[in-house]
Amino acid sequence: MSNNKLKSEGVNIKSHRLSKKEIEDNFSDLHAPLTQIEALIEADRCYFCYDAPCTKACPSDIDVPGFIQSIRSDNLTGAAEKILSENIFGGMCARDCPTEELCQQACVRNDHEDKPVEIGLLQRYATDSVLDNGVKLFSRKKDTGKSIAVVGAGPAGISCAHRLSVLGHNITVYDAKDKLGGLNEYGIAAYKSTHDFAQQELDYILDIGGINIETGMELGKQITLEDLQKQFDAVFLGCGLGTVNQLNLDNENISGVIDAVEYIANLRQTSNKDELMVGKNIVVVGGGMTAIDIAVQSKLLGAEQVTIAYRRGKNAMAASEYEQALAKKHDVQIQYHLSPKQLISDESNVSAMEFDVMKSHNDGSIKATGESLTLKADVVFKAIGQKLVTEGLADNNLELEKGRIVVDENRKTSLTKVWAGGDCILDGDNLTVSAVQDGKLAAISINETLTQGA
Amino acid sequence: MADLTSNFLGIKSPNPFWLASAPPTDKAYNVNRAFEAGWGGVSWKTLGEDPHIVNVNGPRYSTMMSNDRRVIGFNNIELITDRPFQVNLKEMRQVKRDWPDRALVASVMFPMNEESWAKHIPIIEDTGIDGFELNFGCPHGMSERGMGAAVGQVPEYIKQATEWCKKYATVPVIVKLTPNITDVIYPAEACLEGGADAVSLINTINSIMRVDYDSLTMFPTTGGMGTHGGYCGEAVKPIALNMVAEIARNEKTKNLPISGIGGVTTWKDAVDFLALGASNVQVCTAAMVYGFKIVEDMKTGLSNFLDEKGMNSVDELIGKAVPSVTDWKFLNLNHVDKAVIDQEKCIKCGRCHIVCEDTSHQAIKYANNEGNRVFTVDDTECVGCNLCVSVCPIVDCITMVAMESGTDPRTGKVITSEPADWTTHENNPLKVS
Repeated sequence: MSNNKLKSEGVNIKSHRLSKKEIEDNFSDLHAPLTQIEALIEADRCYFCYDAPCTKACPSDIDVPGFIQSIRSDNLTGAAEKILSENIFGGMCARDCPTEELCQQACVRNDHEDKPVEIGLLQRYATDSVLDNGVKLFSRKKDTGKSIAVVGAGPAGISCAHRLSVLGHNITVYDAKDKLGGLNEYGIAAYKSTHDFAQQELDYILDIGGINIETGMELGKQITLEDLQKQFDAVFLGCGLGTVNQLNLDNENISGVIDAVEYIANLRQTSNKDELMVGKNIVVVGGGMTAIDIAVQSKLLGAEQVTIAYRRGKNAMAASEYEQALAKKHDVQIQYHLSPKQLISDESNVSAMEFDVMKSHNDGSIKATGESLTLKADVVFKAIGQKLVTEGLADNNLELEKGRIVVDENRKTSLTKVWAGGDCILDGDNLTVSAVQDGKLAAISINETLTQGA
Repeated sequence: MADLTSNFLGIKSPNPFWLASAPPTDKAYNVNRAFEAGWGGVSWKTLGEDPHIVNVNGPRYSTMMSNDRRVIGFNNIELITDRPFQVNLKEMRQVKRDWPDRALVASVMFPMNEESWAKHIPIIEDTGIDGFELNFGCPHGMSERGMGAAVGQVPEYIKQATEWCKKYATVPVIVKLTPNITDVIYPAEACLEGGADAVSLINTINSIMRVDYDSLTMFPTTGGMGTHGGYCGEAVKPIALNMVAEIARNEKTKNLPISGIGGVTTWKDAVDFLALGASNVQVCTAAMVYGFKIVEDMKTGLSNFLDEKGMNSVDELIGKAVPSVTDWKFLNLNHVDKAVIDQEKCIKCGRCHIVCEDTSHQAIKYANNEGNRVFTVDDTECVGCNLCVSVCPIVDCITMVAMESGTDPRTGKVITSEPADWTTHENNPLKVS
């Protein structure tokens, strides 16, 4: 087991690198919300495309021109209804979706002016108006008498639960953690979800009723898949990826080498962020969104030198170009073609990390060049992916592949009464918006199954 | 540099941009600022009989705006001058003395009795003004008292009042027309018969801007009650252009000089009015929305445009487009246009397709080959209606191209250079053979 807490060791790992005020400023909204006039002008830029490419590019099928037209006419409730009826987490997705790779990448305005409509910011404008004012958009259909268990209170699970509740079913949501929200609460970068937005959004969603919440319930421990299948008419697994990949280096458990996911979760749960322990020289190993998030947030907490070390080339990086640019904007160095070789420590703490310098080949493979590079580090963050905790799943004849749950297009698993979605399924793409879509599609499928012949 | 000097009825001004009789020309203070800013002339805020009228002390103006709060249309319920007659005369006399090179026209509105015209016209002219403009256009307030549009809507009254003014004036008389009529030719011909030297048009259009969505009263109101006002600004320009062109191409009135008014905001709007038969333009809303400085671009824009066209003066532009205006029945029914989409310029928004599909002739086909969106014109359905061009967000992406030869795939008819119009069409029961 690695040591996942930073201890103050010498001068290089310490809290209060920046003042409370500086930290607060650093962790304010990445993008300020649009004012009314900004929203109206931006909405006017939408061409109201036919069979709109932005909608096609949205993993959750949001009618983008439709909601933007409603913003243009000051019909914010109508706009929010269009968004939230397809994606109940439209507020969070407006904040953390990689819009530059999805809807905004598809915007036809890119063709002639290289400046797409700010769909994400408009979506936030619309959804904020109903969330801030508590406008109730959904009500429950007549009680069907059916009960469904949802495992995991992240975006997939809650999306599924909400849709099932609208359809008149009764849902029990189980989550291992104390707070609901999954990665919305514990994972998303703090500057993308300010002012406790994740909980505000959850409160709004759960206000629908019909959803019973059980926290501190972990699959395979307090609850089992076998029991859930017996007790409920259907089960949805949205349990995410419970554990992280390791570097598999010799002295990986030395002080200062920690999981990025856990540090981020701790950062999100800490209100006085100036009290967090922060390294001076930080190396982040990985190439995904988590790597970017931990690198940028380390900078915002006052780290002096932050370097992301990624095994492959720039184009192979899972983090979008926009995210890479965001990191560079915050003075994060991104070094490509560095594969972890060994951790170097002084008496008590990591002091540097050595990498093999790699080279990409045309067939997509990477090979060591024989050269190596050493980066000074008093903190090394591991951000090399997460994996599914399969205990409590595999023994139920649930089909898994590559360590993930196999589902069909309706998000139904190999088990008759079990559906799944979010990061835990095969081909899950780690996006909030895709998890929400999984939950929605599963709910529709569960409803069809349970009400067949009714 | 093209010469912008204007000579309208012998009234000279350094450029053809005058301020229309309206709030911006209410008093010497404003008019002096306008002349300092470079305006060629003004029509002074309409004078009337003493005791002077009074205005409401609530909203006089209201606008229709785009989402970025650009004013598209403008409405007002202000009446004629609410200052004593002699105060205005004194100021006009001084202004004319201070700005001898600028045009100063007195807008007037008097009741339908000769005594009033006989009493006022000579003493106004004595201030040194260059001409009169008869306000037969105000559609609000004054029309309830038998003046303004109430006169402009009755050709006999127009003729009568014009005759009275001409009788007592020695300077040119311009009659300002209301658009709140069915056919502008009747009032225009009445002006001619009354001896008017020119017409100016349009005055404002009767309008209510909207309702207040909270109180569900009309908007705006004066303490809860409102009234219709005069509509102007960019939105009314097409209505004004049609009326100007109608007068300019009408046999009886085609030589009657026209001062064009209605939504002039840029030099391009002035080109529209001038080419369709106006000899100069008058502006109000643009100044009320942006201030007097707006005239600077109007002047340089028009001058540069004339240079580009190889024209030496404004006069060369006047009426250029009038011969291209005709009646529908004379349009060439043998001419065939087809829409052509420039695929290089197309951004694939699909608006041409959906509007044609939903509301017109199903002539723009859509194919989506694995995300590759292609929009193409089906010539067997295209009637050349120009709707696709009208909604396309990209300049010159869709154009209407005339068929020069061959067969129209929609009708199967051979393209001919022989024109044919409705007057001789076989479906016309009144066709001439």
